[in-house]
Amino acid sequence: MSVFETLRSAFRGITANKLRSALTLLGVMIGVGAVILLLAVGNGSSQRISGLITELGTNTITVRAGSGFGFGGGGGGGGAATTASSSSPKLTLDVANEVAKAGLGHIDAVVPEVQTSLTVANGATSQTSVSVIGTTPNYFTVTTAKVGAGSGFTAADVTSAAKVAVIGSTIANTLFPTGTPVGQTIDVGGNTFTIVGVLATQASVGVNDPNAVVVAPISRVQRSFTGFGAISSMVVEAIDSNSVTAAQGEVSVELNQLLKYNPASLTATAPYTVTNQATLLQTAAQSAQSFTVLLGAVAAISLLVGGIGVTNVMLVTVTERTREIGIRKALGATRSAILGQFLVEAASLTLLGGVLGVVAALFGAQFPINGTQPVVLGYSVPLALGVSVAIGVFFGVYPAARAAAMRPIQALRSI
Amino acid sequence: MTPAAASIDDFAAAPTTSSTPVLELRDIRQVYGEGEAAVHAIRGIDLEVTGGDYVAIMGPSGSGKSTLMNLLGCLDIASSGQYLLGGVDVSSLDDRALAKVRNEQIGFVFQSFNLIPRMTALSNVELPLIYGGVKRAERRQLAREALELVGLADRVNHLPQALSGGQQQRVAIARALVTSPTIVLADEPTGNLDSESTDDVLGILDSLSRAGRTIVVITHENNVGDHAARVLSIRDGLLVADRRNRPLPTVEVAA
Repeated sequence: MSVFETLRSAFRGITANKLRSALTLLGVMIGVGAVILLLAVGNGSSQRISGLITELGTNTITVRAGSGFGFGGGGGGGGAATTASSSSPKLTLDVANEVAKAGLGHIDAVVPEVQTSLTVANGATSQTSVSVIGTTPNYFTVTTAKVGAGSGFTAADVTSAAKVAVIGSTIANTLFPTGTPVGQTIDVGGNTFTIVGVLATQASVGVNDPNAVVVAPISRVQRSFTGFGAISSMVVEAIDSNSVTAAQGEVSVELNQLLKYNPASLTATAPYTVTNQATLLQTAAQSAQSFTVLLGAVAAISLLVGGIGVTNVMLVTVTERTREIGIRKALGATRSAILGQFLVEAASLTLLGGVLGVVAALFGAQFPINGTQPVVLGYSVPLALGVSVAIGVFFGVYPAARAAAMRPIQALRSI
Repeated sequence: MTPAAASIDDFAAAPTTSSTPVLELRDIRQVYGEGEAAVHAIRGIDLEVTGGDYVAIMGPSGSGKSTLMNLLGCLDIASSGQYLLGGVDVSSLDDRALAKVRNEQIGFVFQSFNLIPRMTALSNVELPLIYGGVKRAERRQLAREALELVGLADRVNHLPQALSGGQQQRVAIARALVTSPTIVLADEPTGNLDSESTDDVLGILDSLSRAGRTIVVITHENNVGDHAARVLSIRDGLLVADRRNRPLPTVEVAA
């Protein structure tokens, strides 16, 4: 029997029972589509997380006072948190300036920060627990906080401890619902500050709103609120994203020297903690990876269930058609002719269903699902297609092979 | 009804010397099961059928006649003994060679028609030619001619379920004929038919016999046996009688 004839008889077999063929098709389609789409959603969300973290800046290192663990955007810790004993040197503005002046090869800028939490008000409108950050003008160039309207404060403002502030967009919207806040005054913890600028809105990654901040000269915040003790943190900018690790090493060595801290000592507590965005990126990528694996597992289950459905249909089909196989053998069909027919039948049915599933998944991946734009993983398409076709073909052909191996009279009698 | 006699020569048997046996059984036995439960369906049958003969094998149910038919049609393999079809010992053939024998040498007509549902009459008749590797155009032509021969020229595109029992059996006969086989085997061909359809089917078998076909028919009905030239009786797996009604049919040459 020629290839063409095999194809024709397979096509006849498929069209002979349209409902059954349609159900098989649907089973494969759903299985394949689910695998591709779910993996695409997992992949899409992991790419989204990476994107957000890259936005935070990948060439900065954050040095926090104290030996606390944990990292996350926009720390809300009030005051100068230090866990080191009072006798040992602390991370102060002087120390930050020393690091900046040490001439370290991989460092571009050092931005000291003091942070506290205060109530800010415009007349009767007020907002409590606003993060008030005291820093230097390069804060607006090094970190992701950029001035959107007006301007930042100047080095002169820091020297003179001027009562000027740059406010985040949330504060601007809450306290100045109408009109521009630039040039107006606000009350910060009982002191009146003149607003010189408004920050551009930033994407939120943590639980804290990065836009609910007031940024003022570090000298002013220290004088009015936090005192001249330890600072909360300092952001160190490496010369480029490849120098982050080198810069981290340089900063650590310099700080150990300045703070008289010996990392080899078992009794000493580290007076600072260094984190960089690369570490953050890695952790986030790992969690996104496990999310994808989880979704992949769900998808694999749906493929399995779809496969069982296909298997069921195929088994029923062949049992029903054992008599037909008997007739065909009585008319002179060879085993290979019968196998060829069932193979082509099963393969084309599952392949068609699989291709429809791929098309449906690719179409579905065009639309964001729960805020995440799915990104189709290249390997998921041949994988899902291959598995479903393999299942369909095996369970379509194996029982047919058994029936075809019978003597014609056995196959004819079975009903 | 009378089949279209004009085209019957198209399906005339290949010329055979009338004395040559086309079919020869030597001590054929068939046993099902083992030990105590063994059923001896055929207990040693010797038989020769001459080319162009019209043979009826008769016997009550359980006599082993269906088992014999399945062996003759190569649908089953005998436990022991020799079966020569056209001089070839088919008891020693492998699966592929047996498929070829079934395709080329045997035309089978079943009691229950055994047409493939959801395939038109024409497609059903074409089926053995597909397995025989006949080209599509030629196949179509032969299948149409065979259906015309059994008087179903106007039913070629009907599905089996749209045909009466008699018509279905005539499609099955067309299917058995279309490859011009060495022998036509019919297993209770009229068992499921009313008397009118029975007459149709027997009429077709008679005209095939006149055209020189070798026909072996299995039946328990005497009126079917009366159409045959030679009647064999089988009982409990043994041949008990061999009677000739008429001399070996002679081939009618169309004018």
